[in-house]
Order: sequence, then structure tokens, then C-alpha cells
Amino acid sequence: MGEPEPELDDDLYELPAWSLSRDSDGWIQIANPLPERVDREWALGGATGTGVRVCVLDSGIEDGHPRVGPVARAVAITVGEDDEPVATDDLEGDLCGHGTACASVVHALAPEAEIHSVRVLGAGFSGSGRALIAGLRWAVDEGYDVINMSLSTTKPKFAEALHELADQAYFKRTVVVASAHNMPVESLPWRFSSVISVASHDEADPLVFYANPEPPVEFFARGVDVEVGWIGGGTIHATGNSFATPCIAGIAALILSKHPGLTPFQLKTVLYLISTNVGGSGT
Amino acid sequence: MTDDANGMHAAVAAGVLAAENDFADLLRSVVEVARAIFGARASSIMLFDEESDELVFAAVAGAGEQDLVGRRMPSDTGIAGWVLSSRTPLVLEDVANDPRFAREVAEKTGFVPSGMMAAPLLADERALGVLQVLDRPKRARFSLQEMELLGLFANQAAIALSLLDSTRRARSALDGVGDISVVARLAASLTRLEGPRRATGLALLEQLELLLRP
Repeated sequence: MGEPEPELDDDLYELPAWSLSRDSDGWIQIANPLPERVDREWALGGATGTGVRVCVLDSGIEDGHPRVGPVARAVAITVGEDDEPVATDDLEGDLCGHGTACASVVHALAPEAEIHSVRVLGAGFSGSGRALIAGLRWAVDEGYDVINMSLSTTKPKFAEALHELADQAYFKRTVVVASAHNMPVESLPWRFSSVISVASHDEADPLVFYANPEPPVEFFARGVDVEVGWIGGGTIHATGNSFATPCIAGIAALILSKHPGLTPFQLKTVLYLISTNVGGSGT
Repeated sequence: MTDDANGMHAAVAAGVLAAENDFADLLRSVVEVARAIFGARASSIMLFDEESDELVFAAVAGAGEQDLVGRRMPSDTGIAGWVLSSRTPLVLEDVANDPRFAREVAEKTGFVPSGMMAAPLLADERALGVLQVLDRPKRARFSLQEMELLGLFANQAAIALSLLDSTRRARSALDGVGDISVVARLAASLTRLEGPRRATGLALLEQLELLLRP
């Protein structure tokens, strides 16, 4: 006598596809979104960033700055019980200028993209790393199309949580663009393959970017002597991977506005194919 | 304390004190060389004081060097605060365009720089402070090599700060503060012992050492 057969739960069929049955009714069919030849004209010709939500995880953004335009939403993240992120409307703007600078680089490339600010720096967060994780968790849950992270942590104890979040973003079609470190130190999350990591080149054209044949840094973008927006409505010239990163975030926003629904894997492939040293012309 | 114990305490304390002076000289030398190499108007190292959550000027070369050392600011203030918490170096030109920044820096240093380079001082996973170079001459363009050079100086300063940190911990152990102060007290007690009790104490410590060996 066997056990009575358990009743099948309808919800079972809502589970992710861990396997593929031969009678799968064709749901496995995917229309290849990439043409036979991917070039810059196909990838971003005429694109403005319309419909793409870009999150700048940083020190806040000065709302209405001439180089940034309106900030769609600004929150400040604090760390609640059990390390859960707590978001409150951020009325402080930008506490040091850095977030405004990054947002201005995105806006210059993708002027129609929606800019969102998630502030994880300032107000007693120095060196904690927990706010960085909480902010990233909140941003991933929000489902932004692109998250710009011109910052990193050197604390290995955050590696697991960051890795998990980077993978979660990857599978939710949120592209995380992260600054590589300028100094010979181990830091995260830029070293993860689920994010797009960026360092600087010293050319002046923001659309010139290179795929690195020797990762872990994957792309080089404009990061030297860049004119960026700064607090007080003005501009300054700034250098650092911090400013190369939003360059790639802006280009990613252009591609996604023209080709919504690309996965981070496909987007990284497109970036590779149109990079200046592979198939892109640089203009 | 016996003469022996007093002697040991005094000797170690003197060593620690001397080392602290040496590190102050080393930090000062780092900022002086950084200032000279970049041809800058000033250079400084700020130390992150975790307890008070402040940045403290530990060494200054050039403008402001007379009275800046020891001055404190909240660790989340301005560019230095961002560099500390983001652990990322950056270089800015035309900072005087930002009135809030200019005023803030002027209050700290007594002059308004037009440009600044700042790098975090990183030792393993900790950010120990920030190295700043103010007003390098504005040549045609800032180069990536200069950024690398800044990183190298920051690394040297971080090593010095890391050593200084260990020395201070040793000092607090000697002064009976901190969780390893028991080791200093044990050493002091042992130096007071003589004859068989001293030999037994030493033997016990050797066994403890074996037990604790990883």
C-alpha cells in the first residue's frame, strides 16, 4: 500500500523553471533582440534615454541643477533593525557635490533619462558600509533600470551581501555600473562579473570607451578633467573613476531607451561590441 | 613597583613615545614630499578618529602648517568626508566655484584653494584617514600618472598610520586600558618575581603560549 498521492498545488506551476520539458508549449522561444551586426547606430543612434530610470547611489543630488535637471525622486537611506533599509524623502540635496557630479555626467549623455537619487553617504555614515548595502538593496528592490555606484567598500565582511545583491540585480534586469578602484587595494562590488566595472581613460570624448582585454576592470571611459555639475548650481573639473562610471551608466541608459528589455548580459555584450577598440567608431 | 618593573615600564613607554614621534616625522615627511613632487601649495594628512567620528589633521606641509595640526572636523564633512566613506580618490579643479566648499576649506586651512587632490588611506579593510594635496599648479591637463602617484603616497601614509595605530594600542595596554592590558600587567608582575616563583611563572607562561599558538 503506498501513501495517498499528494494533491498537486496549482502554485507549483508558478515556480521558476528549474528544468525544461519537451512539451513546454513554446515558452522557451526567445526572439533574439540583437541584429546580425550590432553597431553604434543600431545601439544608440538617436536615443535620448527616454523611459529609462537611472539611480545614482551617492551623496545626494542637487535638484534642478542646470546640468542635471529635475530629480524624479530623492531618498536618504538609513539602516533599520535587521539591517533593513529605511528610506525617507531626502530634503538635504547633495552633501558634498559628488552625487550631483555623477548625475550631471549621466544627464549630459542621456538627457531624457529619469534621474533618481539614493543617498548613502554623509550624515554619520562614514566608513560603515552598512548604509551602502542597505541603499543598494533598496535600489534593487525598486527595480531601477540602471544603478550608478561611483563608490566601493574595502570591508570583506560585506562581500557576501554585496555579491547576492549584485546577482539579484542581474536577474531582475537592473544594470549595476560600478567604479573600479584607482588604487592597488581590494574593494567591492566592482570586481563581481554580474556588474559592469569602469576605470578611466584620459581622452576628451565621452562616447569613446574601451573594452578591457585584461579584466577584472571591464571598460575604460572618460574620467580625466571632466567638466561636471557641482553644488551651488556651478561646475568644476574633476578626475577619477567616479566620473568614468556614470559615462558608461549614461551610455547604458541610451541603449536601454532604444532597446528596452535587454538583459544585463545582452547589454554588456552590446557595450563590448560597440566599444571604440572593438566595433565602435567613437562618434 | 620594583626598580626592575619600573625600569621595564619606563623603557617600553619611552620606546612607544619615541616611536610616536618618529611616526609624526614620517607623516610629515610624506606630506612634504607629496607637496614638493606635485609642486603644490599645501598637503595634509587627516586621521580618522573612530571614537569621536571625526577627522583630525595629523600632518600639514605648506599653507596652514602652523596651527592646523590637531584641528578636528566631523568625518562626514565635504570632500574629505566623501573620500573617506566612499574609499575612492578624486581630483577637483576650480573648487573655488563652490562657495560652500570654499568657505568650509578656508575656515579649516586659512586659504581658499582652487584645486585639490584627495585619496583615502586604506589599510586592509579600514579607512584610516585622507591625504590631500591642495593647489597643484594647473598645467594643461591632469594626468592618470599623477593619480597613480597620489595613490602611492596615500599607500605610504597608510602604512605609517597603521604602525602608529599599533603603537597607540601598545601604549594603552601599558597604561592599563584596552582588552590586552592584562598582558602588560602580567609582564610587570613577572619582572617583580624572583627565584623559584619566577621560574614557575615563566614555565606557566610558556605553557600558555603553547596553548594559544594557532
